[in-house]
Amino acid sequence: MEIAIVLGLPLLGALLLALTGHRGWAPELNATMSFATFFAAILLTARVISGGPIIWLGQQFVADPSNVLVVVLADLLREQFFVDPFNVFLVALTAFVGFTTALFSRPYMRTEQDHGRVNAKRLRLYHSMYQLFTFTMLLCLLSNNVGVLWVAMEGATLSTVLLVSLYRTPASLEAAWKYFILCSVGLAQALFGTILLYFAAEKVLGPGGTALLWTHLHQVRGQLEPTVLSLAFVFLLVGYGTKVGLVPLHNWLPDAHAEGPTPISAVLSGLLLNVALYAVVRSKVLVDGALGRNFSGGLMMGFGLLSVVVAAFFLSRQRDIKRMFAYSSVEHMGIMTFAFGMGGAVAAFAGLLHMTVHSLTKSAIFFTVGHASQAAGTQNMDSIRGLIQTSPTIGWGLVLGSLAILGLPPFGVFTSEFMVLTTAMHEHSWATPFLLVALGVAFASIFGKVQPMVFGETTGQRLPRGPALVPVFTHLAIVLALGLYIPPYLVGWYRQAAALIG
Amino acid sequence: MGITLLAELVNVLAAFLLLLAFAMLSQRRVLTLIKLLAWQGAALAASTGIVAWSTGQTHLYYSALITVLLKVILIPWVLHRLIDRLFVRWDIETLINIPTTMLIGIGLVIFAFALATPISQMATTLTRSTLGIALASVLLSFLMMIVRQKAVPQVIGFLAMENGLFFAATSATYGMPLVVELGVALDVLVGTFIFGIFFFHIRERFDSLDIRHMEKLKED
Repeated sequence: MEIAIVLGLPLLGALLLALTGHRGWAPELNATMSFATFFAAILLTARVISGGPIIWLGQQFVADPSNVLVVVLADLLREQFFVDPFNVFLVALTAFVGFTTALFSRPYMRTEQDHGRVNAKRLRLYHSMYQLFTFTMLLCLLSNNVGVLWVAMEGATLSTVLLVSLYRTPASLEAAWKYFILCSVGLAQALFGTILLYFAAEKVLGPGGTALLWTHLHQVRGQLEPTVLSLAFVFLLVGYGTKVGLVPLHNWLPDAHAEGPTPISAVLSGLLLNVALYAVVRSKVLVDGALGRNFSGGLMMGFGLLSVVVAAFFLSRQRDIKRMFAYSSVEHMGIMTFAFGMGGAVAAFAGLLHMTVHSLTKSAIFFTVGHASQAAGTQNMDSIRGLIQTSPTIGWGLVLGSLAILGLPPFGVFTSEFMVLTTAMHEHSWATPFLLVALGVAFASIFGKVQPMVFGETTGQRLPRGPALVPVFTHLAIVLALGLYIPPYLVGWYRQAAALIG
Repeated sequence: MGITLLAELVNVLAAFLLLLAFAMLSQRRVLTLIKLLAWQGAALAASTGIVAWSTGQTHLYYSALITVLLKVILIPWVLHRLIDRLFVRWDIETLINIPTTMLIGIGLVIFAFALATPISQMATTLTRSTLGIALASVLLSFLMMIVRQKAVPQVIGFLAMENGLFFAATSATYGMPLVVELGVALDVLVGTFIFGIFFFHIRERFDSLDIRHMEKLKED
């Protein structure tokens, strides 16, 4: 039942916000709905911790078996949703960051409205699409059906494309068009991969609904036809990999992050990329069962390493602050893909931890970057100076966030990157120099650019509205806490998930 | 009618689909492109219907019905309205190098068949030989999206790609489960509307639907 609530709330929020139009309280309603979703996700998590994985059977509906419609509906929904240790932590993370971003978006979007960059009509679109986007991501995570997973992923593209072009500037339209075309074409490849997967599964499980259900596929993964599955995985990796932003399929990512509103950059980087990687990892588990680990692991390590190296070198050439952090996301998604590609308990654990800390840190950075560029009136890093004088909290937030994302101890990013590196040294020592050089280059470029922005001389003004700093420091505090001490139940949770996918 | 005759009919429709994909690749008029897209949808629906009839898979009838409603009637109608309101009805695109594009297209077809052959041999469906054609038309639509420089033909290429994918699903597996097909159809429909909204925004900003204006965002 919790699953229905978690999925229903954002959908309800999207409807409410679309129907009521833009009122003064729309940002608050948006935050309230996001909080309710987060609360429901917590309940769901608690239920999974105490009771183990859930597969939604759809029998809860059938109180009155004489009602044909209800029975048909229950039959249609049977086993369509599931929660296991792997997706439950992503659901909790998605709902949490969705909520904090909604908090950040309140003052941010009001200031944008004051600056005349958006009007009431566009804010209505923005708020309702924000909720719809949350819904599609949660549906991706909770769906047991890999076909529905694809549908929801495409839905996530569709709901954000008009948000990327929200300001209707030439650059934002171009970014949105690129995002739309590249991701749709990428996802078309993933659909072909899904068709091939269904084709292989149908031979074992028989035609009809169950052949696309992940829980069933997982049980028979050893019997699936290896040739078909290897081809399917290539299509799935290229397809969902476009959405993860793996090099060389990453072209849409920096543009979409730089030109869209900052709350959207935060959820794209912090959540959507994770969800896309989740789809890749789910496919990998099935393919590994049929083929052994070498094939899929090798591909993912290759793509991951290429992303890390290329993104690190592009970082140093950026002038736009949001573009720079978008490339940093490409780099970190590369690290995660590499970790999951290596496989094994430690690497998968590190990958999951890195998913969590990257998502929290990167969204916190985008919150501060949003306020900083609003205060400076530009996203050009050469013109943002002396944040520590105009708004000290934003300045410190940016410094701490950057240090955290660069993997400085004692932040949690350090822990996960350290685990990835040591595992790589043991198992794939050839990859270590590439990773180390890339991390070094990334450190030099980001730190070199953040330092003058925070400590330089300025004549800038303070922001008229108080910035939303609670989300920033909450996120950074969690990342710091995870670096110092990971609670035992969280370790157990990650371990179970890692065992599932390792 | 015998089953073999029906299978032959599906093969003929598959060949028609491939022919249409080539025709779209070389077609300059936007209006004709939309007609070709509608024909492609019709061929897809007909072949789905035949497969449904010859195998008794009832859910494929729904799938065929959705295809007719969506891809033969609704989407072409929406596209017609769009090009009318955008005044690009009689637009003719200057395509360079049609012969080269065609040659690349032939190469893609050979590649698609080479890729699909091992899989078709495993398939037990009576339409298995058409999987190669389905993959070929997906790749040809992909090529079309790459070579086009106007927004509307690019989107038509995208929709043609979706047609090819649906054809792959019917020919390899007798169609995906209905929930998934409905979901994909919904995505395509919503996607078309969003593309439509987009055209107006692009037009408003750039006074043209030529996407060469939109190549400013690059790494320097």
